[in-house]
Amino acid sequence: MSAAPPAVAAKVPSAKHTSTGRLGWLVLPALLIFVAFAVVPLIGVFVLSFTSWDGIGSISFAGFDSWKSVLTDPGLPHALWITFLIIVLSWIAQTPLSILLGVFISGSQKYRAVLAVLFFLPLLLSAAAVSIAYKALLDPNFGLGPGLNLSFLTQDWLGRPALAMGVVIFIIAWQWIPFHSLIFQGAVRQIPASMYEAAQIDGAGRMRQFFSITLPQLKNTLITSSTLQVVGSLTTFDLIFVLTGGGPNDGTRALALDMYLTGFRANQMGLASAIAVILVVVGLVLAQLLQRLGGRERNSQLEGA
Amino acid sequence: MDHNRASRRSFLALATATPLVATVLASCGDSGPAGSGSADTATDWILTGQPKEGIRQTAVDDWNEAHEDQQIKTSAFQNDAYKAKIKTAIGAGQAPTIIFGWGGGTLRDYAQQNLVDDLTPWLQENPDVKDRLFDAAFAAGTVEGKVYGLPTETVQPLVLFYNKKLFGQVNAEPPTTWDELMALVPKFNAAGIAPISLGGQSRWTNMMWLELLFDRIGGPELFESIYNGQPNWTDPAAIDALTKVQDLVKADGFIKGFASITADSNADQALLYTGKAAMMLHGTWTYGGMKTDGGDFVSGGDLGYMNFPAVTGGKGDPANTFGNPAQYVSISSKATQAQKDIALAFFKGGLLQEKEAEAYVTEAGEVPILKGIDSSFSGSDDADWLKFVYDLATNAPSFAQSWDQALSPTEAETLLDNIEKLFGLAITPQEFADNMNAAIGS
Repeated sequence: MSAAPPAVAAKVPSAKHTSTGRLGWLVLPALLIFVAFAVVPLIGVFVLSFTSWDGIGSISFAGFDSWKSVLTDPGLPHALWITFLIIVLSWIAQTPLSILLGVFISGSQKYRAVLAVLFFLPLLLSAAAVSIAYKALLDPNFGLGPGLNLSFLTQDWLGRPALAMGVVIFIIAWQWIPFHSLIFQGAVRQIPASMYEAAQIDGAGRMRQFFSITLPQLKNTLITSSTLQVVGSLTTFDLIFVLTGGGPNDGTRALALDMYLTGFRANQMGLASAIAVILVVVGLVLAQLLQRLGGRERNSQLEGA
Repeated sequence: MDHNRASRRSFLALATATPLVATVLASCGDSGPAGSGSADTATDWILTGQPKEGIRQTAVDDWNEAHEDQQIKTSAFQNDAYKAKIKTAIGAGQAPTIIFGWGGGTLRDYAQQNLVDDLTPWLQENPDVKDRLFDAAFAAGTVEGKVYGLPTETVQPLVLFYNKKLFGQVNAEPPTTWDELMALVPKFNAAGIAPISLGGQSRWTNMMWLELLFDRIGGPELFESIYNGQPNWTDPAAIDALTKVQDLVKADGFIKGFASITADSNADQALLYTGKAAMMLHGTWTYGGMKTDGGDFVSGGDLGYMNFPAVTGGKGDPANTFGNPAQYVSISSKATQAQKDIALAFFKGGLLQEKEAEAYVTEAGEVPILKGIDSSFSGSDDADWLKFVYDLATNAPSFAQSWDQALSPTEAETLLDNIEKLFGLAITPQEFADNMNAAIGS
């Protein structure tokens, strides 16, 4: 998803152009799958949003009824707000740590490789399994806190909206920081050593090198990682569903969960489809914004290229 | 070229954002391999969880052994997963021949959409099927005077359980009135014991408190009128009940952190038998779990049980109860005639026969909905308990069905949402009542 073309291609733009034209048909299988599993369902959901259907009976056309009730329901701004909170807070929780970890594990010492493997583990677990495990650990009566007699751990973690949100953000960060660290690690390794050597000759310290070379060079990676985080947070579902079910008092009822509960628990498929369409629109807008943010420049980040 | 790029990028963005939508639609069509079965084998979906899963499976196995030409194939699902799956399966026309459920609003939906068969004529031809079952069990399986769900399995009223050891420790008697119950709250809190265990994250657990308070204060007619479409959530008796429940929350009656405890994992039962909480309002289905998981709690005689206390000045009879009058089996209207014939034959000669009934009594500690079953209790370790449940269920002037089962799924979801907020003190009783009145008939 990186916006800038590879450094080599940037030097010979014409060569890139022709190769794209000749190999265009390679996209075909992906395109077919995309149409079958993304475009067609999307149209289906859009059509459903203008109907009234309880999931088992017959579908009847209902005009703008679903849209009216979704857009006037105070539940929608609330769900959007919760979703926004999750996006922003989880970005803040993940990004700085991921960059630091990525820079750290990009070194060549052996112990770093071992550590990298170790903290990659959370990513291998399913969100549902992680949620169930955390739920048991955070249980105010039988969990880690009372078990080890640690009073600061004995909180009503999932019973207060603010705490529950904190737990959700923590688990998202815990599970996904390894993944984003890995992306950053790859990007850091792409930075030519000559740049650091030059900086050293100029007398730049480690901090200066990090802020003046490493960080700017990671810009495109940052955009990629952020896009993945934002879209991921937007569609966070399994984690919250298993952990809190949207509670307490709708404190973690994000948009994707709201859609599921409206559709499959309250049996209002029309309303749920309208929410789904809103979700797609919000996702598109956010993804576009992020791409604009970093995708404008055509030239490489490498100096002199 | 610039334009080219932009469109490719939005293409990618679209691709990342849409899988969710695709997933939702895909799950609509998920029917499972056991969906329709072959034309001459009936299918039956049962619930997991021992000992009842084994009892259900054995009943089918015995039938299959004795009826080579009328085979039934089972698939087992977890309770909550089943509720979601059966709905989508029926919607997709992939329902099993035998549809298991809890009657009430969900069954009414199925019946009104002609998705399940009317069993009334068949019951008239086979009066002996009906005559052996509790009369009261039929109400929740009946829609507009026609029986769509045949009652089966066990009767499950709500019971106020308590830990006798803890009551002895603070020198207290089980509460017979609401005021006595409220007076116990500070007493237990002072002793460092939570007065009441509650798995509040499951929401229907909180609902049980409201059901019985509504009944004791306003009588069964109050909810009956709401069920029939009158906006009576704002009735003074209803507001009184809603206020009383919030008073109990404010007095720290329920265990700290109840909003993050779920009933699925039986953590609420564990609080009672590990001595962390003194009381628990729950269905009789929890007895078996406490017996197997609670060490010598049940066998040592520490488990106390009683009907919900009276509310002084209330209209409801203190002998009334709430819960599941039975479980229900229906026949999918989409099944082939051969499949339907097998299912009906099984209903008549294979379901809730002597062996299955005995297993519910001895293994699960539950009361099957068979008339005169109490005569078989005497040999059981749980004879006192079974007799208590039998008497409670059969002597209750009113045995109402749980609200979340009685109401339509849409209304039930609004109810559970608002109950969670009521217990979380996020809304007032008046706001609760207004929200619910607005949702009537949805």
